[in-house]
Amino acid sequence: MSSGSAAPKPGEPGVRAGRTADRDRRASRLGRLLRRGRLLQDGAAGSPVLRLVVRWLRRPVLPAVRLWRRNIQLRVVTTTLLMSLGVVLLLGFVVIGQVRNGLLDAKEKAAQSQAAGGFTVAKEKADAPVEPGGQEGGAGDGKSSRNSVNWRSDLVVQLASGGQSAFNVVALSADANGAGSSSRFPRASGGVDHIASVPADLRSDVAKGTGTFQTYTLIEYTDGREPESGLVIGKRLTDVDGNSYELYYLFPLTQEEQSLNLVKGTLATAGLFVVVLLGAIAWLVVRQVVTPVRMAAGIAERLSTGRLQERMKVTGEDDIARLGEAFNKMAQNLQLKIQQLEELSRMQRRFVSDVSHELRTPLTTVRMAADVIHEARVDFDPVTARSAELLGDQLDRFESLLSDLLEISRFDAGAAALEAEPIDLRVVVRRVIGGAEPLAERKGTRIRVMGDEQPVVAEADARRVERVLRNLVVNAVEHGEGRDVVVRMAVAGGAVAVAVRDYGVGLKPGEATRVFNRFWRADPARARTTGGTGLGLSIAVEDARLHGGWLQAWGEPGGGSQFRLTLPRTADEPLRGSPIPLEPEDSRRGRERSAFDSKESAHRLASVPSQSPTASPLPVPPRAPVPPPAGVVDPTALPGNGARVVPRAAGEPVERDSDPSASPSSSSASRTTSSSASASASAAQAPQREDTTRGR
Amino acid sequence: MKGRVLVVDDDTALAEMLGIVLRGEGFEPSFVADGDKALAAFREAKPDLVLLDLMLPGRDGIEVCRLIRAESGVPIVMLTAKSDTVDVVVGLESGADDYIVKPFKPKELVARIRARLRRSEEPAPEQLAIGDLVIDVAGHSVKREGQSIALTPLEFDLLVALARKPWQVFTREVLLEQVWGYRHAADTRLVNVHVQRLRSKVEKDPERPEIVVTVRGVGYKAGPS
Repeated sequence: MSSGSAAPKPGEPGVRAGRTADRDRRASRLGRLLRRGRLLQDGAAGSPVLRLVVRWLRRPVLPAVRLWRRNIQLRVVTTTLLMSLGVVLLLGFVVIGQVRNGLLDAKEKAAQSQAAGGFTVAKEKADAPVEPGGQEGGAGDGKSSRNSVNWRSDLVVQLASGGQSAFNVVALSADANGAGSSSRFPRASGGVDHIASVPADLRSDVAKGTGTFQTYTLIEYTDGREPESGLVIGKRLTDVDGNSYELYYLFPLTQEEQSLNLVKGTLATAGLFVVVLLGAIAWLVVRQVVTPVRMAAGIAERLSTGRLQERMKVTGEDDIARLGEAFNKMAQNLQLKIQQLEELSRMQRRFVSDVSHELRTPLTTVRMAADVIHEARVDFDPVTARSAELLGDQLDRFESLLSDLLEISRFDAGAAALEAEPIDLRVVVRRVIGGAEPLAERKGTRIRVMGDEQPVVAEADARRVERVLRNLVVNAVEHGEGRDVVVRMAVAGGAVAVAVRDYGVGLKPGEATRVFNRFWRADPARARTTGGTGLGLSIAVEDARLHGGWLQAWGEPGGGSQFRLTLPRTADEPLRGSPIPLEPEDSRRGRERSAFDSKESAHRLASVPSQSPTASPLPVPPRAPVPPPAGVVDPTALPGNGARVVPRAAGEPVERDSDPSASPSSSSASRTTSSSASASASAAQAPQREDTTRGR
Repeated sequence: MKGRVLVVDDDTALAEMLGIVLRGEGFEPSFVADGDKALAAFREAKPDLVLLDLMLPGRDGIEVCRLIRAESGVPIVMLTAKSDTVDVVVGLESGADDYIVKPFKPKELVARIRARLRRSEEPAPEQLAIGDLVIDVAGHSVKREGQSIALTPLEFDLLVALARKPWQVFTREVLLEQVWGYRHAADTRLVNVHVQRLRSKVEKDPERPEIVVTVRGVGYKAGPS
């Protein structure tokens, strides 16, 4: 594939993609989309300006919102207040409405009968024969009209005199403002402004009809009194001269209004009291329930911080008391269980410690005896000599197994302690490589170090880090099939990383996580030269975790593997990323990517941070073209520990002779997101170089 | 080379095996199996080195170590099945010069014993100064203003190693090699514990050391004289 035929033209990525690969790619793209969506939700993207504005707006409200969400008492009291306020308002409106209707009905009836009486009187007076006082002189037009002028005034005065302040009377003519006789001038009693007080609608009704009409109005006065609401009742009548005129009775509703206001005031006061009292009652009632709940919450918090003897106070036999009892029972059981577990753990640790001693003492004797025998094997016959050799070798293995087991049990018991101090990882790496040199020579492997130009200092436990790195380097040499092993170091941000890359058999999909399992072996049938215990990487992961660091694996079948140890530069500082990408640039995918956009890589090279190590020539493993990838491990996955590095499901492994264009297409699909993986941004430079070297 | 070694171990098989190996290497081993009798046996045998098992019936190894150290500066090498920090540090603090974790190879044991005995070879007369201390290398004495300070041979060696090259910063690994005689890197906790013990004897204020100064991230060096 690296022969160059696999590189697709930039214009047609994945056109020739095989069916399987196509499906895989779609699945992986979907997965990536989902992941990106989650990123969005996590707040990595979105319009920053908008978010800023929202945050700025929310800030002053936030304490109140928090109080609202945290305080159930406040919530209940507020809800009760609002709801009782609503009920009281509703009730008030209904009551007031009814009272008003009752008052008005009574007033209306009284007014109607009063008005009817008045109208009758007026009619009678008009129909009655002319009064003697009104007949002096001959009846002339002028006189008669003067007469009728007086008549109307008299009528108004007479009618109004019946109820001084209870009502007023207004007499109007339909053509009052017309040219006319003084008899047609409007008249009003009690200083009523007749024009403003009698609504036009009523007047037109009265003018058209013959019956009695009524409406509510605002009675206004010409003498400067406050206007008051009132009831107007009107009827069209004819005066002595046979001219029609309108007679209105105006009944002020002052009395009724005062009564209504009194009722309103009473109701409002009562309602306010009811609302406030209901709020207070709700507060008290909720407090009764909330106080024990809060106490329980506080005690639960204290329990969870380890103060197991905390208990709730139980009084009475109600539900709250039952809650308290149940809570206390739970706490007691919890305490008991925890004590039991602690006791168990102590016993376990003690047991392991005792076993270690009991086992080690006889083992020491056996070991020494075996060595003495081993020393003297030249004097033995071949069978016994070989037996002595086997005895010695297996004792070595037994010893390392025992010590690894003890180490693991120490981690399990939480008894492992970190002795961190600033160390230069270059020194550790040098020491580790020095130790692995004999094995590497036997295997014909060259161990190369990159990135050791500047100090790589981190607060770490030198003993543990050395153990981890020794494990990684020895593993790489062992599985590297004689090809180069590259140890790379880098510092960036708050992290340092050491990656050990080999070009051996690599890892199958899914194995990148399983390698850290206890007693896991890549291939049970594979002969092992150094006879590891199967616990090395498990211990290494625990060591990394103890530092707050990561140990992760990447690998592709036939393409070798890379193990990366990332440690925080200062202890207790959480890791956010690693200076070295988990998937090396010279992975199959990385090479394809660089072949795909070899044009871009030139300007990307400039933007890449000073990761000078990648610039040095990469080793060229002497071997045949690599098969297309089967499992593609996601380099963007940056979990807390190695055990969580899950290679993306890549479907069934592609056969070696399958369509090679399938893989570039899948890698082109991955490029859409690869820019988000900051680490892989630097992936472009080295692979290109390697492609040129490999293309030969 | 003198080679009387007192083996304090309750496991008879191991003691016998140790005897075989030690005799094979030209040492003269003597044995005691009980912590209570260890001190009497020590006084009687006057060994050049004590091999001490930490877990003993009667008095435990830590206690025995303390008792022996109280009356002699003879090198003590602990045999321990526990490599946990606490166990090792407690053992070293009780006065042991070195420890070896079971199971060990005979060669390793012999190498450590030799390393501990090697220093008995007579050094050339030499006068060193470190801080306000005066060290007489040949006379095995350290004096501050004429006042003699008692140090175990190992502590003395550590101080001399630092004082001989006051300009140099010693990493723990280098100190292990020079003072303890380890060819390959061993446990650097040995150095930490012994530096602390040395400081508690020679420093005016062990919290603010002036004689043996820590160089953070690297190791130790002698303070300015």
